[in-house]
Amino acid sequence: MAETITADDVVELSSMYLLRWEEPQQAHILLYPEGVVKLNETGAEILKYCDGTRTAEKIITELNELYTTDVSKSVYKFLEVSYVKGWIRIKS
Amino acid sequence: MSKDGSELNPDSSELTLDGLGIPMWLTLEMTYRCPLQCPWCSNPLDFDKFKNELSTEEWKKVLVDGRKMGALQLGFTGGEPMLRDDIEELVAYAEDLGYYTNLITSGVGLTPERLQALKDAGLKQIQLSVQAASKDLSLKLVGVDVFDQKMEVFEDIKSQGFPMVLNIPICKQNIGETRQMLEMAERLEVEYIEFANVQYYNWALLNREEFLPSIEELRAAEEVVKEFRDRLGNKMQIYFVIPDYYEDRPKACMNGWGAIHLTIGPDGAALPCQEARVIKGLEFPNVRDNPLDWIWNESPVFNAYRGDSWMKDPCKSCDEKENDHGGCRCQAYLLTGDAANTDPVCSKSPMHDVIESCVSNIASPHRVEKPLVFRKKGAITTDFLDV
Repeated sequence: MAETITADDVVELSSMYLLRWEEPQQAHILLYPEGVVKLNETGAEILKYCDGTRTAEKIITELNELYTTDVSKSVYKFLEVSYVKGWIRIKS
Repeated sequence: MSKDGSELNPDSSELTLDGLGIPMWLTLEMTYRCPLQCPWCSNPLDFDKFKNELSTEEWKKVLVDGRKMGALQLGFTGGEPMLRDDIEELVAYAEDLGYYTNLITSGVGLTPERLQALKDAGLKQIQLSVQAASKDLSLKLVGVDVFDQKMEVFEDIKSQGFPMVLNIPICKQNIGETRQMLEMAERLEVEYIEFANVQYYNWALLNREEFLPSIEELRAAEEVVKEFRDRLGNKMQIYFVIPDYYEDRPKACMNGWGAIHLTIGPDGAALPCQEARVIKGLEFPNVRDNPLDWIWNESPVFNAYRGDSWMKDPCKSCDEKENDHGGCRCQAYLLTGDAANTDPVCSKSPMHDVIESCVSNIASPHRVEKPLVFRKKGAITTDFLDV
């Protein structure tokens, strides 16, 4: 298994994870077997882009445009953490 | 794997707890009936007295009310939930309401037809219990011959494409099969495997000295787990925690009483955790008599050990009380006689010796082995529970 995500990897949410807006929490949440994670706004935004069509590089480029500032480093870090936690996987 | 509500801190990527006072976890004990006789069962010793199970419509009302309060994770458990014929209907209903539905089962009664119906109903994941990697040991541990049936169900669940958690209650008798169980899980591409060290309440407490593994056995199993973790990475999440009897500090049980967990028993009793009935003197509110939001927010039981105002020393003045909330109230009650005492697992507890003496007893070469007490009607007298 690859240890980290590289720029060319197409990433997607792992099949057992469910990302959705939750009104009582006023936040996006990630649901999975035996767990709930409440995401902050940027975290949810990043995961929405992990849709199996974009490479890590493309996600970073698009989010840089969206936030009009260089968020490359924090986005990449978030993707890495999400990958290690098993929230996202590399599409084969 | 955290059984909690967690918030991601984007700077440190650390998870911190924040339930906002919402019962995010709703556990439904559909029935206490079960075809197995596991001697570590968490159900009450007098399980047979609870015959007045909620109806399908009553469960639906619980689901509606729970969701209104913000509950997200939903567990159907028991006993064996598949002994009820309305699980499929309730899963579909819960899915419509927006729950993430989990089925916690022994696998007995989970036919391919019912699995298909559950899939159609939208069930998200299945937690299957397996007690051994071999037929012989399985029979010895659960009292009935269900191993082959479990293995079939195991494969059926995977072929239906359900994410699954393999739940293995760990005790002295099966800890030596850790490697074989991991190999089995790897072969069937299980996403999560949880080695759940038996926790000592109810039936397990009766059998504690037979069950508690030695620290050497635990470390050896931990080594095997580490080997698989290193090799498999995030392909399989392996959850393994050593029993709290070997820790200096107690577990943050349920993330605190009445913090994020709400359990409804088969009879409609609302419980802060599945073991809470062991604490005598608490009158558990029932969903048949009280609105769920009152039960959660206002009822004396749910406020009894919420927060930290109920604490006594050493918890009261402890700078770690935010971490573990004083440990487990049920364990404090069972081992010290008062649920408001510090969980005796804590080395700061004045009654910590009850843990130390248990650990030294099991290590004694003079210990006499006793037969396991299996969970079945009449296995022990439970008349004392009525007093």
